[in-house]
Amino acid sequence: MTDAVLEVDALNIRYGPVHAVRGVSLSVSEGGVTALLGANGAGKTSIVMAVAGARKIASGAIRIFGQETTGRAPEDIVRAGVAISAEGRRIFASLSVEENLKVAGAVVPDASVEVERRVALMERFPILGQRRRQLAGLLSGGEQQMLAVARALMSAPRLLLLDEPSLGLAPQMVDRIFDIIEELRSEGISILLVEQNATLALQVADRAVVLANGAVAASGDAQTIAGDAVLREAYLAA
Amino acid sequence: MDFVIQQLINAVSLGGVYAMLALGLAIVFSIVRLINFAHGEIMTFGGYGIFLALVFGIPPLGALSIGVGAAVVMALAMERAAFRAMRGADVVALLITSFAVSEILKVLFQNMISPRPVPISLPAAWSSSYRIGDVVIGVGPTISIVVALTALVGLSLFLRRATTGMAMRAAAEDFEMLRLLGVRASRVVATAFAISGLLAGMAALVWTAQRGSVDPMMGFFPVLKAFIATVLGGLGSLGGAVLGGFVVGAIEVMTQAFLPDALSPYRDAIVLACVIATLLVRPNGLLPARSGARS
Repeated sequence: MTDAVLEVDALNIRYGPVHAVRGVSLSVSEGGVTALLGANGAGKTSIVMAVAGARKIASGAIRIFGQETTGRAPEDIVRAGVAISAEGRRIFASLSVEENLKVAGAVVPDASVEVERRVALMERFPILGQRRRQLAGLLSGGEQQMLAVARALMSAPRLLLLDEPSLGLAPQMVDRIFDIIEELRSEGISILLVEQNATLALQVADRAVVLANGAVAASGDAQTIAGDAVLREAYLAA
Repeated sequence: MDFVIQQLINAVSLGGVYAMLALGLAIVFSIVRLINFAHGEIMTFGGYGIFLALVFGIPPLGALSIGVGAAVVMALAMERAAFRAMRGADVVALLITSFAVSEILKVLFQNMISPRPVPISLPAAWSSSYRIGDVVIGVGPTISIVVALTALVGLSLFLRRATTGMAMRAAAEDFEMLRLLGVRASRVVATAFAISGLLAGMAALVWTAQRGSVDPMMGFFPVLKAFIATVLGGLGSLGGAVLGGFVVGAIEVMTQAFLPDALSPYRDAIVLACVIATLLVRPNGLLPARSGARS
């Protein structure tokens, strides 16, 4: 796998006595989408946060664009071209929609590029443009998710980490979010997608990793995983 | 009537000082979860800055700016030397660190400058007064009110309009997420300390201008009141800190002015009783912080 933009190698994460992630390896290929699946508490978010630099790892290695990033601060990982839409969206509720984007735009060195990008994102997600002065906390769940994605795109990432983007959204909104994921992929952004909605995730992904109790239960081609009835029954409940 | 207006001016003047100090405490707490017990020494250091500048013959306005600058430098130095290494430590560890910093600085002030008050001689005009109708108003309280309102309005504009100000508000809500967006943590924290130092320096300015001396405990007592103000307003809430500051200032001045002499030894007890009564009704303070659940 020489074309991998993200390689996670034998990753272990512990929270005190809890061994949350056990020897997980996975990769995202250039322009590809890897789905990270599994039940609640399987360790998916821990892995994503470790890639983003926000969790201490016990052992293992993380390479982004071929460079070892283990132990680097989240700020530096963003500058290496990785952005995250975190679990629970974590938009800044007391800031307006536009202020959320402006804060994320602080990483853009050129001020005029920052403005261009912000304007382009508010055109791309018209609802954000219409509500730019509204407090982000007053948006609906789906709108907040769009804001979380738009905010991540402010740094023009080459690798996007999407943690549970469809969780708790109305079916229509879920479709819209998956359309956006397709769009981003077609623009050449590589994606690590954490999802509880395995059926939809496996449709957009080219590779998939299934976690159970912090360890890899299965991994491989997304279609193969999707076709494995035993696996679906056991881990994906879909 | 004149008496009431004069007391009102005193209340706003004292409340403004408490509000600036409380806001400095709140802005640091909202971002770093540090209750900075050494905040008073930042203010005291600002006072000594003014004193030393005057000793070296710098004119009053210059000396006052040097004092404010000294407080900012002290706040930043404190963050760098004592608190940066402790980042992410729990609230108690941070609190005890700040106690240590506070004690060390107080001893240094005592041994290197003087345990007794040193005089600050500012132009006599600053301690005079003027009349509007029948009301006599002190120049000191006037300066105090103008400085406090300028600082509060300026900071509010900064938090609302400047991108760094927005990042400060975002950091108070979810600091980890802010870092995940690439905003440098050390810059946000340093800005928070610089602002708290700036506010403490301005508090030192109006405090010394009205009292005409500096001693090692100068900052300790007003900051104690500011702590009460932050708790009353809602710990970590910036608007709450300002409101709390003015409320504590008002209660203090009003009890002083209108309480019979026999009750005056109980003034602080009465102020604190009011605070406790408020917290019984509103346990999270007058204007609770919006977030803070996430660390």
